[in-house]
Amino acid sequence: MRPFSYTKARVIEDARQITADESAMAIAGGTNLLDLMKLQVETPHKLADINRIGFDEIKKTADGGLSIGALATNTATAVHPRVRSDYPVLARAILSGATQQLRNKATNGGNLCQRTRCFYFTNIDQPCNKREPGSGCGAIDGIAKLHAVLGASDQCIATYPGDMAVALSALDAQVHIATAGGSERTVPVRDFHCLPGDTPWRDNVLEDGEIITAITLPAPVGGTQIYRKVRERSSYAFALVSIAAIVEMKDGLFSRADLAFGGLAHKPWHDLRIAEALIGQPPTAQTFDKAADILLEIARGYGENDFKIPLARRTLHAVLEHAAEEAA
Amino acid sequence: MSDTISINGTQHSLPDDPRRSLLDFVRQDLGLTGTKKGCDHGQCGACTVIVNGIRINSCLTLAVMHDGDEVTTIEGLGTPEAPSELQKAFVAHDGFQCGYCTPGQICSATAMLQEIANNWPSDASESLEGEMNVTGEEIRERMSGNLCRCGAYANIVAAIRDVAEESA
Ligand SMILES: Cc1cc2nc3c(=O)[nH]c(=O)nc-3n(C[C@H](O)[C@H](O)[C@H](O)COP(=O)(O)OP(=O)(O)OC[C@H]3O[C@@H](n4cnc5c(N)ncnc54)[C@H](O)[C@@H]3O)c2cc1C
Ligand code: SF4
Ligand code: FES
Ligand code: FES
Repeated sequence: MRPFSYTKARVIEDARQITADESAMAIAGGTNLLDLMKLQVETPHKLADINRIGFDEIKKTADGGLSIGALATNTATAVHPRVRSDYPVLARAILSGATQQLRNKATNGGNLCQRTRCFYFTNIDQPCNKREPGSGCGAIDGIAKLHAVLGASDQCIATYPGDMAVALSALDAQVHIATAGGSERTVPVRDFHCLPGDTPWRDNVLEDGEIITAITLPAPVGGTQIYRKVRERSSYAFALVSIAAIVEMKDGLFSRADLAFGGLAHKPWHDLRIAEALIGQPPTAQTFDKAADILLEIARGYGENDFKIPLARRTLHAVLEHAAEEAA
Repeated sequence: MSDTISINGTQHSLPDDPRRSLLDFVRQDLGLTGTKKGCDHGQCGACTVIVNGIRINSCLTLAVMHDGDEVTTIEGLGTPEAPSELQKAFVAHDGFQCGYCTPGQICSATAMLQEIANNWPSDASESLEGEMNVTGEEIRERMSGNLCRCGAYANIVAAIRDVAEESA
């Protein structure tokens, strides 16, 4: 690990000031950042420890929703009584990720900002446009099993690896950010992560000196909520494909179908047209296929990850079938 | 706020080098070598310790981030003369072969039993609410962060189950 100076931020102003410097980073749970610092993928000169600045509460919002502190742990969030009763898709998504030891340390802010698990990104001997702009992309024409089939570019085909954000996308949650200048801005989680385009080094919309303070959930949405994660073993593995679904049925027809997809792209994938195609339709194979056609309209595999395209289609079938049964 | 850290009830000053992981701090600076380094990347669980009652991977956290915290390592759970219930059960069930993963397994299981007592759900729980059951499936899911290269899993689960059923 490269040397760095360490400061324990006492208040958010400390954190904003320190991280406004391009070579500085915030550290929360450390479960992603320290992993990458040991590999010299991340080489900050300064670390601002933000664990003691507060912003770890989980509390009701004025409109009956829930505000989840950026510094609350993944565990504290998943076991919170209101998250379990009103937002089970979020509790399930968090519980499906990593291990209890990691979730106990991982924070919600850090989870949103976790970096890709692309093997070339994490190996400094390999070319990677995300880590070293202009060096090329090892994964295109390389080992690309975990990689994107939607929204990739000729610069980068990495996926965003997290589970929690997929559920947050289905719930249309909002990310609250303290800016370097001391004001606040709010970004829908659906717009928080970026597609790689020709700026693959950019994972999300955060600027230097910006700190996530909280994530807010809308008032309870009800419905049947499911998080389905398909992976290479049944625990402790990243998603190949995952789906967060909030579904309601009325008179045998879909009346709500908020879906978000993990493992397919550089961000949790959300396409409003899918809900539009499902609402008012019966839960038949034909309906499911139509939804999958929309999801996968622009899908493209890179050899090793070709399987994700049929896998996404089958997982979507399974989730919609299951959800329709439960919701009926 | 103090700039000391409590390890198994004894106060220690924090290291000068902020790069020191909590794992290297307990093993190398304090000579508490029960806690093991398997991967140093959060992937194996051999380094599991209990901080303020919560289990974490000590390899993915900096010692300097733990001022004022209370850390329990395997040395703080029991001794050869006075082993903890889980330590006894691991011996009784042959819950290890080489023993390298064992301190992490036992620290992890100790905190896990408290999580179940708190009725925290896991990915294997049918319902997110209500009382949690100690089934084999639950134990396997909740302990999936502790790998055993020797594959002593069956006996590890049996040892944990024994203690869980006794304390239930
Ligand atoms: C072996 C292993 C398996 C895993 N499996 C999964 C899995 O299956 N599913 C899954 O979703 N995740 C998985 N993870 C990832 C894990 O969930 C993340 O490492 C964790 O959520 C990151 O949170 P943290 O608080 O530790 O972040 P840190 O490591 O502290 O920070 C990560 C990044 O976020 C930034 N950051 C942190 N907080 C803020 C903030 N408030 N504002 C602005 N920036 C901030 C940091 O500067 C840094 O760039 C796994 C990790 C490991 C090591
Ligand atoms: S896919 Fe993206 S992260 Fe992976 S090597 Fe290519 S540029 Fe780097
Ligand atoms: S040494 Fe910490 S998880 Fe492997
Ligand atoms: S007993 Fe050898 S690694 Fe588990």
